[in-house]
Amino acid sequence: MIELQHVAYSYGGGELFSDLSLSLAPGSFHFLTGPSGSGKTTLLKLCYAELKATSGDVQIFGEDVRSMERDRVALARRRIGVVHQDCQFLDHLPLSENVALPLTVAGRGGELGQDLTDLLAWVGLTRQAGQLPPELSGGERQRAALARAVIMSPEVIIADEPTGNIDWEMSQRLLALLVELNRMGKAVLIATHDLQLIRAAKAQVQARVLRLKDRRLQAAGADL
Amino acid sequence: MSSAEQTTSPGLPARILAFVVGDSQADRAVPPTGFTARLTVFTSAAMAFLAVFALALSMATGRLASRWSAELARSSTLRISAPDDQIAGQTAAALEVLRTTPGIATARPLDGGEARALLEPWFGPDLPVESLPIPQLVEIVETGDGYDTTGLRARLQAEVPGAVLDDHTRWRQPLVEAAGRLRMLGIAAILLIAASTAAMITLAAQAALTANDQVIRVLRLVGAQDAYIARAFVRRFTLRALTGAAAGTLAGMAAIWLLPRADAAGGFLTGLGFQGIGWLLPVVIPPLAAITAFLATRWAAIRTLRAKS
Repeated sequence: MIELQHVAYSYGGGELFSDLSLSLAPGSFHFLTGPSGSGKTTLLKLCYAELKATSGDVQIFGEDVRSMERDRVALARRRIGVVHQDCQFLDHLPLSENVALPLTVAGRGGELGQDLTDLLAWVGLTRQAGQLPPELSGGERQRAALARAVIMSPEVIIADEPTGNIDWEMSQRLLALLVELNRMGKAVLIATHDLQLIRAAKAQVQARVLRLKDRRLQAAGADL
Repeated sequence: MSSAEQTTSPGLPARILAFVVGDSQADRAVPPTGFTARLTVFTSAAMAFLAVFALALSMATGRLASRWSAELARSSTLRISAPDDQIAGQTAAALEVLRTTPGIATARPLDGGEARALLEPWFGPDLPVESLPIPQLVEIVETGDGYDTTGLRARLQAEVPGAVLDDHTRWRQPLVEAAGRLRMLGIAAILLIAASTAAMITLAAQAALTANDQVIRVLRLVGAQDAYIARAFVRRFTLRALTGAAAGTLAGMAAIWLLPRADAAGGFLTGLGFQGIGWLLPVVIPPLAAITAFLATRWAAIRTLRAKS
């Protein structure tokens, strides 16, 4: 579904990483680790075409990102649920409308209803449905971001430090959802520092752990 | 892409209907910005107000040109200059010639009072007309077909040597030309107003798009296409322009209606206004302002979104 072949990315005159290859197939589960500043978020952004690789090939659902028109990119993003590190909400809209935003922009706002209510209940944000994002805590925002990422039932789920601001119990619930979605055939890619999360996931699914270090992507050690 | 996600293009009527009805959820995606909202409404109102006056001017000068042209074209004046003892005889001879000329409906000699009224604007009310060597004037009104000017002049020259026929051609032409140019000025003013409106709304739309940079980024991240984002801005600016222009048009029409009446003011201003069904013409200003805003905002949005990619 998403293929990166010999990809390099340069930023500010320096090369962040090079000769990087990654394939997100249906039903795959990947963790991406690495030190801060190694390029994890950049790699994720390449996967949903927010950034374009300096060299190499990036294909999303069979289309070369370099030749994709903006509207094709938009359509592809509807099939990729992303939990952004900084959540990326519209601060003037209440939480419920932010969560439903992918459906709204896809012209499927009429499908809102019980599913949205159930989703908000699942992430424990029923009471906060009418609140504006700036009024929410970090954990609440992250849970809302997760709800928004899955509301379109995407084929690929990409999450950037999804458990950074939530407690252990919520991170386990989040993981349970991602595992369930993965068992339904969705590809999952999570960038995280949370080793506990990785170990917990590996106990439930066959997850591949990749480490981005020294400008290269490599399989993580046996301890993970 | 799966076939379910392929977008289909509805017909133009369906698209216009969808645009007018709008999508409340989509509309809310872009936060209302007070400054650009007020600027758009105010600009549209002011420009519509001015457009009503330009339209009134254009219509008034058009009417004036038609009226002057028609009135002058239908009438002529015969001027008879002769010694006092011959004036009555020449007048009678001229009237006889006129009476028997095809194409002349009536021919009537002006009396002293009418002559005084004609001269009053230049010499004041107490002019002793009787003591002045004023020629005898005969007002000629033509039939719809008109008369043969050359033939009449020849007959008058033979039978009434002191008569000079003035068919008003040399007066009519400059007046009609002046009115025509005034009308063109009115139309030019309307076009300038439309261009200024488009420029102001384009600036306001660009300011709004720039101010909402983060909103556009988030919308794109969740899969919004350019058309969706542009529509949110375009619809908002179009409706603001429509609202402002409607208010400005109403105010302009009220101001025109309150102008002094023809009999009270006299002169050129008597014609400045709308008559009859002409009062409906300003109604097209708000939709035209909305179309202008639609095109200007759409252009600005597409250009800005393309630059942000």
